[in-house]
Amino acid sequence: QEKEELIEEWQPEPLVPPVPKDHPALNYNIVSGPPTHIITVNGKECINFASFNFLGLLNNEKVKSAAQSSLKKYGVGTCGPRGFYGTFDVHLELEERLAKFMRTEEAIIYSYGFATIASAIPAYSKRGDIVFVDEAACFAIQKGLQASRSNIKLFKHNDMADLERLLKEQETEDQKNPRKARVTRRFIVVEGLYMNTGDTCPLPELIKLKYKYKVRIFLEESLSFGVLGEHGRGITEHFGINIDDIDLISANMENSLASIGGFCCGRSFIIDHQRLSGQGYCFSASLPPLLAAAAIEALNIMEDNPDIFQTLRAKCERIHKALQGISGLKVVGESFSPALHLQLEESCGSRENDVKLLKRVVDYCMNSGIALTQARYLEKEEKCLPPPSIRVVITVEQTEQELDKAASLLKEAAQSVLN
Amino acid sequence: INHIVHNGGLYKRPFNEAFEETPMLVAVLTYVGYGVLTLFGYLRDFMRQWKIEKCQNATEREEQKDFVPLYQDFENFYNRNLYMRIRDSWNRPICSVPGAKVDMMERVSHDYNWTFTYTGRVIKDIINMGSYNYLGFAQKTGACQEAAAKVLSQYGAGVCSTRQEMGNLDKHEELEKLVARFLGVESAMAYGMGFATNSMNIPALVGKGCLILSDELNHASLVLGARLSGATIRIFKHNNMQSLEKLLKDAIVHGQPRTRRPWKKILILVEGIYSMEGSIVRLPEVIALKKKYKSYLYLDEAHSIGALGPTGRGVVEYFGLNPEDVDVMMGTFTKSFGAAGGYIGGKKELIDYLRTYSHSAVYATSMSPPVVEQIITSVKCIMGEDGTTVGRARVQQLAENTRYFRRRLKEMGFIIYGNEDSPVVPLMLYMPAKIGAFGREMLKRNIGVVVVGFPATPIIESRARFCLSAAHTKEMLDTALKEINEVGDLLQLKYSRRRLVPLLDRPFDETTYEETED
Repeated sequence: QEKEELIEEWQPEPLVPPVPKDHPALNYNIVSGPPTHIITVNGKECINFASFNFLGLLNNEKVKSAAQSSLKKYGVGTCGPRGFYGTFDVHLELEERLAKFMRTEEAIIYSYGFATIASAIPAYSKRGDIVFVDEAACFAIQKGLQASRSNIKLFKHNDMADLERLLKEQETEDQKNPRKARVTRRFIVVEGLYMNTGDTCPLPELIKLKYKYKVRIFLEESLSFGVLGEHGRGITEHFGINIDDIDLISANMENSLASIGGFCCGRSFIIDHQRLSGQGYCFSASLPPLLAAAAIEALNIMEDNPDIFQTLRAKCERIHKALQGISGLKVVGESFSPALHLQLEESCGSRENDVKLLKRVVDYCMNSGIALTQARYLEKEEKCLPPPSIRVVITVEQTEQELDKAASLLKEAAQSVLN
Repeated sequence: INHIVHNGGLYKRPFNEAFEETPMLVAVLTYVGYGVLTLFGYLRDFMRQWKIEKCQNATEREEQKDFVPLYQDFENFYNRNLYMRIRDSWNRPICSVPGAKVDMMERVSHDYNWTFTYTGRVIKDIINMGSYNYLGFAQKTGACQEAAAKVLSQYGAGVCSTRQEMGNLDKHEELEKLVARFLGVESAMAYGMGFATNSMNIPALVGKGCLILSDELNHASLVLGARLSGATIRIFKHNNMQSLEKLLKDAIVHGQPRTRRPWKKILILVEGIYSMEGSIVRLPEVIALKKKYKSYLYLDEAHSIGALGPTGRGVVEYFGLNPEDVDVMMGTFTKSFGAAGGYIGGKKELIDYLRTYSHSAVYATSMSPPVVEQIITSVKCIMGEDGTTVGRARVQQLAENTRYFRRRLKEMGFIIYGNEDSPVVPLMLYMPAKIGAFGREMLKRNIGVVVVGFPATPIIESRARFCLSAAHTKEMLDTALKEINEVGDLLQLKYSRRRLVPLLDRPFDETTYEETED
């Protein structure tokens, strides 16, 4: 019969297309041993300039011993989501400590850094709401926005005039339909320190725009938490802004705190909502207690040694200056940002060739004892794909000699490969 | 009604699943209960609005009062008026390892659950029937914990980089090879969070122009992954193979909705054990359908890996099938292995593709080393490679516990949903007041249970869910059963009027599962 024939004839595509063997992302670097300051990559010992271990807490003995005692008390896993016997006293303690540290009312913990902002945004912004987001927002934010099904309006990176234009357009739309405008929520999503470009957002201007156009601000502080500000409280401390002006601050604990997971903090009015509607919170197992204990100890160290932030910033300035003037590579990022990008000054035509060229630079450095990596992106999925670059990460553990060595090695590599 | 199916030899053993219909009187009373609660809810909201009653939830800042309200009043109606009353049954904080017995921090509320204070006392040795600890690997002593401690002191707790950049440790490679061997597939990849495994890999596998056929009762992570992928989603009735076959036929014959072009791929999303129903997927029939209609199968074994099958290899082994028939085998390490994270196993091309294009590999931090070590040790234990028979014994103990517990509960006269072999046991409560009452009464008798209501379940089908564990001894189960019996009599929960009627070789009717013969 006809239907049987159709069923016979139909041929689906293969489940996955084959991946060429020399695809740059297929062959991972294998790290044997802990990914700390001195790292053994593919068998070679190098100085680590690629892991986001900003405050050097990955190998800290106090953090490890706090995690050990937690392991002896609780075992490894929590065997349940927060609602069903997965809430441990360590989780409650960590949430209290984070809220106190950031000087907000409440904090909520997620067990996975990516899921933090990707669950927070859809909890508040639904279909029909409007979100203004920076072009250079990281992938987690993009996924959160996609899950929320709201109207997304991109504004040019750090361009307040462009944002104001979009807000004004929205205002004129509102006047045409005031009933709808009264129920459409508006949000601005920005990052404190952008992962893709290494610069900060102009937060004071954003606060002015917030009150002028009545939009709420969600701030993603994964890179700036534990880096900016006098005590490491992030970009609000850096600019001296009242923390209550920001509606929601989200950060992951995988960078400065050298643990796993993420948190959101803000007023109870806002954070409490996520306890029932944050998907990554309600439907997923809670954070293993040993990681929560490691995070608490890391917070203790951050509070006891507020001068490491200044040390880190000084090192960032030093290497930022040292990397200027490399022929063929330009430095992208603020001078106090610990995660910068080195992009090619002139592209050779196709992204593939750029990536191959940068790979040769990275291999040269790895063979001489400096571990670097290229910044990885999903090329087809990103909304605004950044150009290929080498990621340079500065940590507090790197000595001045090592910073200078890295800079001179990069100069050499650029010379030999690009010229 | 019990369906004992011997469907043309596809099933090598009887498939015993039952969902007894809600008795009519109970359904009516439940609706009445919700009606009363809603009326009171409106009354209280009215009193709060007119300041007769103090409003106790957090409010918006003064400076932002003229912003568009963040939450619709109606969205939170259920939260304020129904959930708040019984809120103490959830989020109970514990302060010991989540094993068979657990210590809980005592908390009291002086203002009807709006705020909690901790008295500082610890309620010790509560029998834990709520944690997903199927094989009892949530331990603070033993080989797993020692190995994890060693790795923790060597590697540290975090990783601070993504898999594709500098976060791929030798431990991860070791884990993936082991998991592939355990499952019987060519290769596997592990991720840091089970929820994220689904929500980040389904979009990598299917996209626009593909069709996803997903079960009615799939988990939020599968639903989110399907939505994020951009493919068309069609839902088939829970575990109903006729519904699935009809959808498959229609899809291939008619093609995409407007353009009539053929679909690029069809992906069927099912779970091994459904955690709210306790039912097991009809895997032999699904695989037969999949082969007939040339579609792909994504099996989420979050609850079934380690818990089903004579050696704990999951639902594929339970039915005696070939793991290579399942295109994508996904599972989590949180439940049976006492750790955290998820994995995907399958053919080498699939895993290579995921290593390159999975969102998690590119943007998310890799797994923490001590957690990886816990998984490695527990998998080796289950496989018997650590030289002991502990793993095998645990799997058998779990199966025995399951059969015993379910049989006893049914004898007592409760309505229990789900398959006879599933360690997830939902006991129906139906009425909203009984949800809170059951949780509190069981806690008074030192047994910790999980109760679920709307919106995780349909509004009249609220239930208590027991998760059995290999760590539960027969004495613990007997104590628990005695207390459940008492509370069942106290709260009048013994609704069952079942009469056992075995139906042989009956085709599954699309409209209802149930039939009563009086």
